[in-house]
Amino acid sequence: MLLPPGLSLSLQAERPLLPVRPRSPPRAPFCFSARRLRFHRQHEFFEDGDIHRHLYLQDILTNVTEVTERSKVSEFSCHIVGCCQVFDTLEGYEHHYNTLHRNMCSFCKRSFPSGHLLDTHILEWHDSLFQIMAEKQNMYQCLVEGCAEKFKSSKDRKDHLVKVHLYPSDFRFDRPKKAKSSIKHSKPHSKRDVSMPMDVNVETCEQSQADSMEICPSESTENPTQLASGPIPSVQEKQLYKSRIPSTVCFGQGASRGFKSLKKKA
Amino acid sequence: MRVLTGLFTSSLADVRMEAARCLHELSHSNDPAVAEACLPATSYLLTYLSGHSVEFTELCVYTLGNLAVESETVRKQLLPQGIIPALASCLQSPHVAVLEGLGYLLPQLLQATEDPATILPLVLDSALPLHMLRLVSSNLELGMGVAVEFAWCLHYVVCSHVNNGLLISQGIVSTLVLLLLDLASAVVEGATEGLELLLCPVLRCLSNLLAEDEPESCKVQMQDERLLVAVFLFMQRFLQQHPFLVQECLWLLNNLTADEPIFCSALLTLDLLPALLQLLPCSGTVTLLALTVLCNVAEKGPAYCRQLHQKAVLPSLLSTLALSDAQVVGQSLELLHLLFLHLPEAAADFLSQAGLQALAQHRDNPPLQERVRALEERYLQPAAATPVSPIRASAAALPS
Ligand SMILES: [Zn+2]
Ligand SMILES: [Zn+2]
Ligand SMILES: [Zn+2]
Repeated sequence: MLLPPGLSLSLQAERPLLPVRPRSPPRAPFCFSARRLRFHRQHEFFEDGDIHRHLYLQDILTNVTEVTERSKVSEFSCHIVGCCQVFDTLEGYEHHYNTLHRNMCSFCKRSFPSGHLLDTHILEWHDSLFQIMAEKQNMYQCLVEGCAEKFKSSKDRKDHLVKVHLYPSDFRFDRPKKAKSSIKHSKPHSKRDVSMPMDVNVETCEQSQADSMEICPSESTENPTQLASGPIPSVQEKQLYKSRIPSTVCFGQGASRGFKSLKKKA
Repeated sequence: MRVLTGLFTSSLADVRMEAARCLHELSHSNDPAVAEACLPATSYLLTYLSGHSVEFTELCVYTLGNLAVESETVRKQLLPQGIIPALASCLQSPHVAVLEGLGYLLPQLLQATEDPATILPLVLDSALPLHMLRLVSSNLELGMGVAVEFAWCLHYVVCSHVNNGLLISQGIVSTLVLLLLDLASAVVEGATEGLELLLCPVLRCLSNLLAEDEPESCKVQMQDERLLVAVFLFMQRFLQQHPFLVQECLWLLNNLTADEPIFCSALLTLDLLPALLQLLPCSGTVTLLALTVLCNVAEKGPAYCRQLHQKAVLPSLLSTLALSDAQVVGQSLELLHLLFLHLPEAAADFLSQAGLQALAQHRDNPPLQERVRALEERYLQPAAATPVSPIRASAAALPS
């Protein structure tokens, strides 16, 4: 296919418009009438391009295993006052910091898994006006980001979370307030105490509460996707094999898996 | 699973990470029952999408993606649990690894087999489309992979035609046009590795958006003839290697030229017609779309037909008339009709180039014969080969 030479030079120049004849309806038996075409997602026009994409995805998935080398650094300890954890990788420190310190309440030193939950906590536990306001209007805001609902009590909120947002009834980041005294009287925090409400505390997940989350027997999925489990990641001293996506995938309509780039750390 | 979610929500960072790895491993199972056993963990996985370390967030994203692929029950639960706002905030992550993971997770939701009407209104209501658009158009900084996946996400949204008017009002058209111009520059510079992967969904988005019923807002943004040049550069570059892109380009070309004389005019004055005619022998969809674009141009009136005629469109049409594809021949007849209608001398030249013989072979083909006869009777009677009567015939067809 040959394009006129110097075509790219004409990117700027203004050109006069050729005079246009007003449009007339086609005269039978002719039927052409210029129209913009729109295609829906299942249209056969998309077939060739979709095949090309599926081949690309499949190609990527066959190369899905990646090796990430964690470069070790000389040991260092967490710089947060009162925390003495020691690390030898930056990633380990990053994860520690985000888990324990990033969303930490500065009043009671408890950690929260997200900024939204921390904000909610501060409002409900440390804002002196909150209790007064809560007697007059709904003040307990929904824990799901993007939901604007507010409730009279944390109990009502919990019912909402379970009913509307399908949260587990024992959602662990919404533990009820403990004794009132605990607001003022936060102990000098040893590392253990840092985030009480999220302790590993398996036995508190009562049997009955979990019932609502029980799983119905599997309904067969319509996806003709077949998977085989990927290699088991083994954490070794220096290497971490990660395979994010099951390695063998068959593509069918509506069931193509995404990609995984092949980044490698030098 | 209760034990695992307990560990997953532990305050001990290492324990939490190991539990995330376990969940991730479970998400690889090919048994939907396993994915559904992980249902109690999804609210935590979503909670962790914001504000955590790259590796931990990445694990959560891929776990959610794997679970979503496997089970409709999971997908249905993720929506009320707030996956859309969670994704919208996660998409602001500066980390490519996280964005790549989201580029895996998001298409699983958008492409799912169930009715797109359940998820797309939520997506359109959120900041997701604008984030996707930003990630698509910043392709070179974040790597091609991220841009490609989010371009496909946009395509899934746009081709569902749920509320494209909203996207148009958010400026998606001009962003995509600028992106295409950038990509055309990359083609000129020879940097085309993997470009077709990104081009395909971007072209599709733009074409479908241009086809919206209310294209007024598009029109303003679209009066840029450079787009026309870009489309031709793409076709030239990918004709041999990725022919599927040519039809995607022609689709856009059709939607540009259908209602906008400025693009028809530019096609002629930029001398792109010969390149378009070279696509006619490609067969199938490409030929048909190239003919349709020519019809779009011819429909604009005598000045356009004169240019088409001067640039030797008739010999090319004589070749397409020799093909056996009834749709292609039919569209060729439509084009001949427009040419003869607006430019009687084209009919005379057609006669002198043995046009009647080319038509003759379709006289007995039911879907074509009426139009063949009409051409012959209206424009190609030996006595009517003078320019006088066709002009009257055409004048009768026009509104006064
Ligand atoms: Zn620390
Ligand atoms: Zn606090
Ligand atoms: Zn809510």
